[in-house]
Amino acid sequence: MTDARSSRGPRHAAETTPDSRGATDRDLTGTADYGHQTGTVDLTRLSAASLSELLHAREISSVEVTRAHLDRIAAVDGDVHAFLHVSRDAIDTAEGVDVLRRSGDQLGPLAGIPIAIKDVLCTLDMPSTAGSRILEGWIPPYDATVVRKLREAFLIPLGKTNMDEFAMGSSTEHSAFGPTHNPWDLDRIPGGSGGGSAAAVAAFESPLALGSDTGGSIRQPAAVTGSVGVKPTYGGVSRYGAIALASSLDQVGPVARTVIDAALLHDVIGGHDPRDSTSLRDAWPSFAAAARAGQLKRNLNGVKVGVVKELDAPGFQAGVHQRFHETLDLLASNGAEIIEVSAPNFEYAVAAYYLILPAEASSNLAKFDSVRFGLRVNPVGGGTVEDVMSATREAGFGDEVKRRVILGTYALSAGYYDAYYGSAQKVRTLIQRDFAAAFEQVDILVSPAAPTTAFKIGEKVNDPLAMYLNDVTTIPANLAGIPGMGLPMGLAPEDGLPTGLQIMAPARADARLYEHGAAIEALLEDSWGRTLISQAPELKVSK
Amino acid sequence: MSEITTDQVAHLANLARIALTPEEIDKLTGELSVIIDSIAKVSQVATADVPATSHPIPLTNVFRPDVIGDTLSQEEALSGAPEHDGSRFKVSAILGEEQ
Amino acid sequence: MAQPAELMDFDKAIELFEPVLGFEVHVELNTKTKMFSDAPNFFGGEPNTNVTPVDLGLPGSLPVVNEQAIKYSISLGLALGCEIRPSSRFARKNYFYPDLAKNYQISQYDEPIAFDGSVEVELADGRLFQIPIERAHMEEDAGKLTHVGGATGRIQGAEYSLVDYNRAGVPLVEIVTNIIYGAERDAPELAKAYVSTIRDIVRSLGISDAKMERGNLRCDANISLSPRGSGKLGTRTETKNVNSLRSVERAIRYEIQRQAAILAAGGTIIQETRHWHEDTGVTSAGRPKSDADDYRYFPEPDLLPVAPSLELIEELRAALPEAPAIRRRRLKEAWGFTDLEFQDVANSGLLVEIEETAAAGASAAQARKWWTGEIARLANAASVDASSLVSPADVAELIGLIESGELTDRLARQVLEGVVAGEGSPSAVVQSRGLAVVSDDGALIAAIDDALAAQPDVLDKIRDGKVQAAGAVIGAVMKAMKGTADAARVRELVLERAQQ
Repeated sequence: MTDARSSRGPRHAAETTPDSRGATDRDLTGTADYGHQTGTVDLTRLSAASLSELLHAREISSVEVTRAHLDRIAAVDGDVHAFLHVSRDAIDTAEGVDVLRRSGDQLGPLAGIPIAIKDVLCTLDMPSTAGSRILEGWIPPYDATVVRKLREAFLIPLGKTNMDEFAMGSSTEHSAFGPTHNPWDLDRIPGGSGGGSAAAVAAFESPLALGSDTGGSIRQPAAVTGSVGVKPTYGGVSRYGAIALASSLDQVGPVARTVIDAALLHDVIGGHDPRDSTSLRDAWPSFAAAARAGQLKRNLNGVKVGVVKELDAPGFQAGVHQRFHETLDLLASNGAEIIEVSAPNFEYAVAAYYLILPAEASSNLAKFDSVRFGLRVNPVGGGTVEDVMSATREAGFGDEVKRRVILGTYALSAGYYDAYYGSAQKVRTLIQRDFAAAFEQVDILVSPAAPTTAFKIGEKVNDPLAMYLNDVTTIPANLAGIPGMGLPMGLAPEDGLPTGLQIMAPARADARLYEHGAAIEALLEDSWGRTLISQAPELKVSK
Repeated sequence: MSEITTDQVAHLANLARIALTPEEIDKLTGELSVIIDSIAKVSQVATADVPATSHPIPLTNVFRPDVIGDTLSQEEALSGAPEHDGSRFKVSAILGEEQ
Repeated sequence: MAQPAELMDFDKAIELFEPVLGFEVHVELNTKTKMFSDAPNFFGGEPNTNVTPVDLGLPGSLPVVNEQAIKYSISLGLALGCEIRPSSRFARKNYFYPDLAKNYQISQYDEPIAFDGSVEVELADGRLFQIPIERAHMEEDAGKLTHVGGATGRIQGAEYSLVDYNRAGVPLVEIVTNIIYGAERDAPELAKAYVSTIRDIVRSLGISDAKMERGNLRCDANISLSPRGSGKLGTRTETKNVNSLRSVERAIRYEIQRQAAILAAGGTIIQETRHWHEDTGVTSAGRPKSDADDYRYFPEPDLLPVAPSLELIEELRAALPEAPAIRRRRLKEAWGFTDLEFQDVANSGLLVEIEETAAAGASAAQARKWWTGEIARLANAASVDASSLVSPADVAELIGLIESGELTDRLARQVLEGVVAGEGSPSAVVQSRGLAVVSDDGALIAAIDDALAAQPDVLDKIRDGKVQAAGAVIGAVMKAMKGTADAARVRELVLERAQQ
């Protein structure tokens, strides 16, 4: 199996064991172009950092890497359903990057590496549906800023990944185009809303993916699929071209299998965008450098790690609770000072979130009216434009979207605003104060990234409240705008499914997440003797 | 229990321009009552002395210079339209008047 | 079609009721780009070409505030005597309408950029009236709908509608007055004078083209009637679609008479939007205003608070042009006009033109005479603004030609026609139309006039066939001109005069 920590030493990546399934194997031996001598390797098993080294050394080509991933998608995505659309241009794009590289152009670290893009992001050359029937087939006339940045850094867009409709959900079951299946157990959910992106990297269909996180949609899927996902500081990554769910909570971020890979991708997509008023003008450090430093250091000497009492709830799944406390012990034995902190107002976070989000969403989703883009449904016997709008929205929106739009409309209504939306915004202030007080005592905060492992598809889909509680540990970071990371924390003993650790840092301290996250990842993997993702069961491959 | 009624949900659906079926209105009325009960507790701690936060990271005066940039072509603008006349978006007759 | 309602005589209406007014004036700012996108702020062109993803409300697009629009709004707020809020913010006004790309309008709600101002308005007879300004806030314009099918091109009866979003996102400032009491029978005139003053202010600031007929400046007029002695406010109506100063006056007058008739007959006024019809001079019922108007305002999460520095505010305040009222007083004094003459000028809306003509060297009296006389007449005939016909520089030149004796007034009118027709400057028209010689005739005619005044019966004699009677006049002219006149030409002119 591929060692995700391969970048610690030169060429480790190429010395990995061949994958037995063979579908996407390729023999590098004797590849004339590159003269690689180290044997057969499955390129889909390599981290982006490893692929980067091989590409830069011209031992492999981007076309080969891209083809390997397209083959993998063809082989397993019928079962996983991570993708809503697979690019037809990926090989051509990869060829172009190979030509550039051969001509001696200095390319960035992720040039030539494939990436999957959550369908919430606008792409000029691919449909962008946000998982909704109302946008089926819509090809935007513009690229999201992050997509433009991917292209400028010569990454290879593989396709668009599945998601809960308009990112409303924690299971990807609310996609209008059918659920995505967790590669660890196809009967289970891959988390949500970004289940497609998480499943794509966990199923080795792509080394990297983009997600968006409004209340945990990057971190919770990472937790339940054994992958790594980061919600950056609000304003750290442009939202321009990300189809808005809740504007004051949404943040685009990286999805990967290793902390370093996530950092490399964050370095590409981050930074100021004049088209997003909420975009920060900060000069960000290299997150990849921070991650490498943490991985090299492999300890948390002197780091004060806060455990939020309210996010270590007894109601969590036993295996999650167990792995979380084992992880705390591991950190403590590797130099960390574990400090319990209290955030009393977190009790109100989910409630505030489920007022702010539907309110903003009810307004953001008003634009889907059948006039300028998307679906139009004419009522039987015709009707006025008002009738057409109402019929279109009735037919084009799924149940969860309707539920939240109505809830949000209610929360903003005359007579209710102060009690609901206004109060929720005050809770937001209180939660920010709780975080500020906590970060006066500690450097980072940790919690489980999800209260349970992946549940069964269909298990909670008819119980909105139960579904909403999946985000209980991730929501506070969105309300406060601070960065959070989800990373593998081991398999739950009772079901053998991945659990996830969440790390949070103060606003603008994303580099701290990557540094300590990479150290924690390394310590955990050392304790397991291998990566978590390498323990995933093999998927059935269709040819 | 919250006081939300089917009439209220029907009114909200009209404001939100969603032609909910009577069955959906019934179902949503029940669901929303449960959800609203569980989220109404925000008002417990939202006292008058607590300021509201509408942006997680406070910024002010984010402006753009008054300089013309790229526009979409008419073809691009109309590319996603369900119906157009070659230059304008086409919609059915409008019932209400401008606001 | 709107039918004329039953109306009460205006004087009677004022006797029974006190009119209570309120205005919402929308001013389109003439920035280069739109309020929240970098698309050109220009909406006359090919439909849906001056648009970006932001103006079409495409999924994923985000607004960014135009800095110039902020400065213009602050300047306007200051010119209205308003306070500038240290921190104001944008809010979303949520409602569905096909011309509103996002189905919410970005506006300002509880924190407008400017508030608590006052505007001095002058009535035709010189009385001054203070209009209290509640607020001035920034927002974006909507797209343009064209209703197709049906008889009238109006919304009622149309088969379908077409939407052009070129105007979507054009920056607007909405100026809202407090309730205005005490206008009494002057209400219609006061309304017109108020809108005219706002127009003068934004023009002098240079922040809007302020052409009502083009919708750069739009007035929604709120009117209610309070029964005398009741101390109670009546139900108000909001009249829209008022596209000229004249319409403002007429629409207010009409609504007062209409509401008075209803109230006097024991009826009730419906709180509603009413539409003014320029052609028929009536208002018609529109959308009823009700509790169903729930716009669900909330702070716009995609935009951040606007917190202008004191330095910026003071810089903009220092750059403000003279307030219209002060300016009027200064000009009246400088020009030496009588009250009536100055009112004439102020009401004509040609103050700027006359000022510029005087600045170009003409006497203010002559400038007034030409602008409010012949030029205004030509403009009326062509249904255009006088300022669009001829430049102040040309008028000043024309006046110079008259004062130097090269043109008589009558000939100057011909020259003016040439200038208006695009034949060039006044001197160019004098040349090209061969009117230069006329200046010689001018001197001759003056001498003939003098001679005829001394011999008043000569023209009658000529008309009676005694053409030789002209000789006496010719002799007198030759003598007066010290022999420099052309006797044959004098004879022609005298005979022409006899035929007039």
